[in-house]
Amino acid sequence: MAVLFKKIKNLEAQIDNYLDMVVKGGFLFKQGIKYFLEEQTEEFESRLINIDTTESDADNLRRKIERRLYTETLIPESRGDVLGLLEACDKVLNKTAETLHQFSVELPFILPEVKNYYLELTDISVSALEEMVAAVRSYFTDIIHVRDHINKVQLYESESDKIAEKIKRIVFRSNIHLSQKMHMRYFALHIESIADEAEDVCDRLSIAAVKRFI
Amino acid sequence: MIWFFLLSGIFLGWSLGANDTANIFGTAVGTRMIRFRTAAIVTAIFVVLGAVISGEGATHTLGKLGAVNAIAGSFTVALAAAVTVAWMTKLKLPVSTSQAIVGAIIGWNFFTGSPTDINTLVKIVTTWVICPLLAAAFAFVIYKFTMAVLPRSRVHLLQQDSYNRVGLLLVGAFGAYSLGANNIANVMGVFVPANPFTDLSFSTLFTLSGTQQLFLLGAIAIGVGVFTYSYRVMITVGNDLFKLTPVAALVVVLSESLVLFMFASKGLEQLLASYGLPTIPLVPVSSSQAVIGAIIGIVLAKGGRGINMKVLGKVSSGWITTPVIAAVISFIGLYFAQNVFEQKVVEPINETRIEIQYQNIQIDTLKNSIIDEFDLKEDIKIKNSTKMIP
Repeated sequence: MAVLFKKIKNLEAQIDNYLDMVVKGGFLFKQGIKYFLEEQTEEFESRLINIDTTESDADNLRRKIERRLYTETLIPESRGDVLGLLEACDKVLNKTAETLHQFSVELPFILPEVKNYYLELTDISVSALEEMVAAVRSYFTDIIHVRDHINKVQLYESESDKIAEKIKRIVFRSNIHLSQKMHMRYFALHIESIADEAEDVCDRLSIAAVKRFI
Repeated sequence: MIWFFLLSGIFLGWSLGANDTANIFGTAVGTRMIRFRTAAIVTAIFVVLGAVISGEGATHTLGKLGAVNAIAGSFTVALAAAVTVAWMTKLKLPVSTSQAIVGAIIGWNFFTGSPTDINTLVKIVTTWVICPLLAAAFAFVIYKFTMAVLPRSRVHLLQQDSYNRVGLLLVGAFGAYSLGANNIANVMGVFVPANPFTDLSFSTLFTLSGTQQLFLLGAIAIGVGVFTYSYRVMITVGNDLFKLTPVAALVVVLSESLVLFMFASKGLEQLLASYGLPTIPLVPVSSSQAVIGAIIGIVLAKGGRGINMKVLGKVSSGWITTPVIAAVISFIGLYFAQNVFEQKVVEPINETRIEIQYQNIQIDTLKNSIIDEFDLKEDIKIKNSTKMIP
């Protein structure tokens, strides 16, 4: 019996570590965008390397967790939901790394008057990601508060939509080349989609939480 | 020849082990919360313990309904019950060993002209109706309580899973004990008045009465049923019939076990009597109906949507159809046993002697407990006297 509980504790720690990595990814993303907008290339590139490592470590850990959940036939009723949630969280982390890579590869031109909006959009999207992680943690330990976190994610997501729209309005009313307008719009969309992905995780989570008590 | 006659009881025990134990561990094994081997070992051990330690209460009630006093009669009655169970299972009709054996005994009463104790019959039938209702009430209360406490417990999902596994194993062991205690009467009850075993003393340790040996044999048959055939039934119960969450499964098994225990425990009966409270009749009940009752209790706790009235109708019809079919088969079987195979299916004794026979069984049990107590006191005396030797 003691062995079983020890194993469980270890797996709990692995899930917590995984979620920590997702939060870390969000933090690195926020810093990366900030350094890009401030044109501190070295700092930006270092965050890019860090986020790649985090993403790859998170992938390995997620696979380990999934393997253990199946081989040790744990939580048979909720296993599918948990695996789905972890994979959905992984998509959000991948999105942060991918977006930062696109900044590095495409070096988009950003209008000085929308830089702050980009920072604000990044902040809000990362907040959605962090609240999503809190919701997932809550699913494991404090199910009655899952709803509170999900509501916050939804608020952040709708806020990110508004800021992205603001950016697009300013950009498309400015006197720059259409390709630059399209480029900025594209990057606003990418940052915004982090909050969208976080909301998708929460949609899945709200169903999983209800299923726990059917 | 005696062993041949016991075969029908052994067969009934085997089918009980194969079918009814799935009500205890079906969901746990079907959802892979517990391995089949673990479930089978726990069931076999606790069914034996329940049957040998607490099996007498429900048997006494069956004996009052009709004391089948010739071994060939017991054989035919048990066989009639077994055939009814097998036949109705094949026809996919709801069936209970408890109800089949009661019908078969009434068939014996009709055939031999023995009187059927109407009070006992009413007590038994009332218990059948109360059993699923009580299981539903238990499940409703336990589930409501669990659902109020669990979300606030802040226990990690993985830890909840572990506690649930341990809970299912413990409650399953309790369920197997209760099943053995309550349902052994169905398997071996009819053989008690014609019991071929004599008391067996294991030096000064303990004495195994003839009835207990009979119950042990029946319980072993149940155990063999568990190991040889129950896996398929468990998987069916776990995956097809009841799609329950592990927590709900735990509540169902606990409610079922409590009901079986209540209708089998002499200790509980004595406890209630000592406080001047009305006692619970010790009657063999159907574990399947208790499970259905418990599931309905959970459905009601969730708001009562989706109760299949057809299932309820089927269960209720089983209270009448099963005993009637068993009684008819028993009557026909006894006719053949007596007239074709020339076996004595009844000993010509009067009612008073039947009562005396059961009183003797009770006296035997009392005697054994007094002997045990005496032995214990002697041991203490010896220990004290050895202490005094310098």
